[in-house]
Amino acid sequence: MMKRDECFRVLARHVGDATVVSTYSSAFEWLDLGERALNYFSVGAMGLDSSHALGLALGRPDRRIVCLQGDGSLLMNLGSLVTIAAAAPKNLVHFVVQNGTYEANGSHPLPSTAIDFAAMARSAGYAQVHDFSDLGNFTQQAAHVLNQSGPVFATLRVERSRELTYDYPKIYDPARRKALKEALRG
Amino acid sequence: MDADLIEDTRDKIKLDGAAIIAAIKQSGVEFILSVPDIVTSGGLLRRIARDASLRLIRVCKEDECVGIASGLSYCDKRALSLIQHTGFLDSINAIRGVAVEYAQPICMMIGLLAHDPYTSPRNSPRYGVRIVEPILDAMGIAHHLINEDGDIAKIAPAIEGAYARSQPVALLIGRRPS
Repeated sequence: MMKRDECFRVLARHVGDATVVSTYSSAFEWLDLGERALNYFSVGAMGLDSSHALGLALGRPDRRIVCLQGDGSLLMNLGSLVTIAAAAPKNLVHFVVQNGTYEANGSHPLPSTAIDFAAMARSAGYAQVHDFSDLGNFTQQAAHVLNQSGPVFATLRVERSRELTYDYPKIYDPARRKALKEALRG
Repeated sequence: MDADLIEDTRDKIKLDGAAIIAAIKQSGVEFILSVPDIVTSGGLLRRIARDASLRLIRVCKEDECVGIASGLSYCDKRALSLIQHTGFLDSINAIRGVAVEYAQPICMMIGLLAHDPYTSPRNSPRYGVRIVEPILDAMGIAHHLINEDGDIAKIAPAIEGAYARSQPVALLIGRRPS
């Protein structure tokens, strides 16, 4: 089993100027790796990460969009797999960070932890689908996954890295939204 | 014949679907995000699906529209969510979080299912319709009733205003557009 922060450190080496959409535990762990204007945290409601990412991908087909979505979040918006596959943005890379819990809400388990999200994405019609549970393999494949023609889907099977501090005012600071918009115009 | 194409011959007042679509285009909207709604299906959605100058994104559930429109707005692209009032009710938390608290220009065109266009939505005998405007008021979301051809002129300024102020707006469709 991989640790989420280890996976994110691998991703951080390859994302370049991609816009990264993330929420809750994934967002805080991603932010810990460094400030970037091209981080999109203002998802506003659990489950919508993948839909925000689709909007960005459609609006800026010249840019890479990376979504780091929790498994509980994706379960609240499973239809977005079908919507994304049908819209077929080539520039969208959609990760589900699967730890089997609602970590930000007390680490209670999901109704089931035996979910094959990659199979769901494949049947929805994603162009590329991956399923990673070994850090060495993910490290080797990460750059390739991020550069494939999408929509790309990848499951990261992880366990909690460490206790997180959830500083929501910091992550939802309106200044971030302004900076993101300016960065996307640049 | 599909249910949405059966004309309501009892309704003598017309709402011109083509004129509504022209107003949507006039407002700079490029993307239509939609779950089908029987009120707007025949007069709007079918036309939009055939219109190469608008990109139709069919979604599975109405709250997806809120996220997609927000992402598009960061890219300076305008979108309109074409949904039914039941879908609006289902999406309240997404609208609360994204449109209201994060002040995003989420523009919604909402068909009032089973509404009697000769009554005001606030006085509708249908509970689901009756609560729409009070909920919008409680959330501080601007809204306009598009019930007859004279109301179509409200559409472009409402969408322009939403994007200029980065605030949501709801356009309530009170009868089936022709």
